[in-house]
Amino acid sequence: MNSLPLAIKKVYMSRKFKRRNRSMFGDASLTLFLGLFGLFSVWPLVFIINNAFKPLNEIFIFPPKLFVQSPTLTNFQDLFIIIGNSWIPMSRYLFNTVFLTAAGTLSSVIIGSMAAFPLAKYVFPGSKTMSKMIVYSLMFNGTVTALPNYVIMSKLHLIDTYWAVILPAAASTLGLFLMQNFMVQIPDALIEAAKMDGANELTIFWKVMMPLSKSAWITLIILSFQNLWGTTGGGFIYTEKLKPISYALSQIVNAGVARTGVASAVTLIMLIVPIVVFVISQSNVISTMATSGIKE
Amino acid sequence: MQTSRQVKTSNGVRRSPMQVWKEHKGKYLLILPFAILFLVFTIIPVFTSIVISFTSFNMLEPPVFIGLRNYINLTVNDDVFLIAVKNTLFFALITGPISYLMCFVFSWLINELSPKVRAVMTLVFYAPSISGNAYMIWKLIFSSDMYGYANAWLLKLGFISEPILFFDKKEYVFPILVLVQLWLSLGVSFLAFIAGLQNVDKSLYEAGQIDGIRNRWQELWFITLPSMRPQLLFGAVMQITASLSVSQISIELAGFPSVEYSGHTILTHLHDYGFIRHEMGYASAIATVLFFIMVFTNIIVQKVLRRVGA
Repeated sequence: MNSLPLAIKKVYMSRKFKRRNRSMFGDASLTLFLGLFGLFSVWPLVFIINNAFKPLNEIFIFPPKLFVQSPTLTNFQDLFIIIGNSWIPMSRYLFNTVFLTAAGTLSSVIIGSMAAFPLAKYVFPGSKTMSKMIVYSLMFNGTVTALPNYVIMSKLHLIDTYWAVILPAAASTLGLFLMQNFMVQIPDALIEAAKMDGANELTIFWKVMMPLSKSAWITLIILSFQNLWGTTGGGFIYTEKLKPISYALSQIVNAGVARTGVASAVTLIMLIVPIVVFVISQSNVISTMATSGIKE
Repeated sequence: MQTSRQVKTSNGVRRSPMQVWKEHKGKYLLILPFAILFLVFTIIPVFTSIVISFTSFNMLEPPVFIGLRNYINLTVNDDVFLIAVKNTLFFALITGPISYLMCFVFSWLINELSPKVRAVMTLVFYAPSISGNAYMIWKLIFSSDMYGYANAWLLKLGFISEPILFFDKKEYVFPILVLVQLWLSLGVSFLAFIAGLQNVDKSLYEAGQIDGIRNRWQELWFITLPSMRPQLLFGAVMQITASLSVSQISIELAGFPSVEYSGHTILTHLHDYGFIRHEMGYASAIATVLFFIMVFTNIIVQKVLRRVGA
């Protein structure tokens, strides 16, 4: 909500450092435009935050009010009471989610980037076909492949294990495609130089490609994290103690209209972690090319 | 797709698989883990679906091969599918380019802020994408009674005398879906553009200033855009798939089926046959048709994008 004044201040401060090709009028009008649109975008987030602190009578007020009138922590207290009575301890669900998210994100970043490097920087038999298949596979809708996917999973005995969530995440075509498009930009001279020094492909990948494509894999972490954090196990996990927390919480919420207050607390809690991860990661999306020091 | 492959290794001479493997061993090994997963979780399911599209398959009895009948029914006998195609293409034609431009313009505008402020501003714009099904808020805005925000304001300002039934009138459904889709548009491509803008070589701007670039628009066209062509191509693919696969917001907001099929898209049609009627053969045929529409769109868009900044 208060992003507008912040942005104005920042733009004017940055004027001191960057005086190239910028007009004051341009800066001001663009900031105004940004601010207005920002309000338009951010309001569901504001709504979710406010809702979590509303007492029941305010949640049900119609028409709904954006801002909370008399904030309360009742929703959270109720939630913790319910959690305390859970058959399987909440910490177990939480562990499942943290494990799935961490393992899925890590493997998708590493496996995807590893494959992206040769596809982005070399031509070899099969490379063009593979690149084409990757782009095209993004265009085939997931609804009809869900059935064959399930059959494959069950044939491989992956159903009802963590792998059923981790492996498909690791096979994220989107991640590979993103990495590939960033790695294309890394100067060939750097790869050549590393090769001269006797580095093999794996070393080049780890020591040259990954540091220079940092902003890309950070973006990938954000996307993958957001995806996996909210996973309910996708119908692949049946054993109660293997289920992720978003499943457990959605069960609590689904218990009926009396849980509406708790539901708004749940929504906020589930959202906080991805938001924190988002902001921390996003502020690390910074220029890596400038440090390469090579002019072509 | 790849334009800058300068590190060429082959000299055009045909070699045995063993020699190829020896020469490129490192590359193949790097690709291997992904290739296996890709084969198992993407390629095999996609090909299975395409095969299923030539069958009649209700998920209970084994599939029966029926040749092209699904495709023929789809194009000749299914009037609703033609409505769906028309809606989808029209929808994509509006939201695709606008979303794409929005992603770029907003990432470009906030790129100049310091990393911390930029992170917060990115969150602000990305908020609709991160907050799950936050688009349900639009259901509240366009609620059909006088308590919906839109109706309440229109009544208050005297534009209307009785509430508009937004989701029950053909002429309102489509524009509302367009609006919601645009509101949701700052997603994956937006984040990719932000990362891409950071990677533009800063020394190019200084050089550009010496070469006579005078304002931010020239800078944008002659330096920024050409420098981030790979991200632009990436964003285009994302935008094409997103704008042609609208279904969730249509089903949640306009209901299913929507009034006079005004919010019916190719994917809601697929949803109908896949999840409600369990005709997987027909649903797979729909998915395959959509696939070819996307591939075709992609070819055209990539051609256009190659001219940027040229």
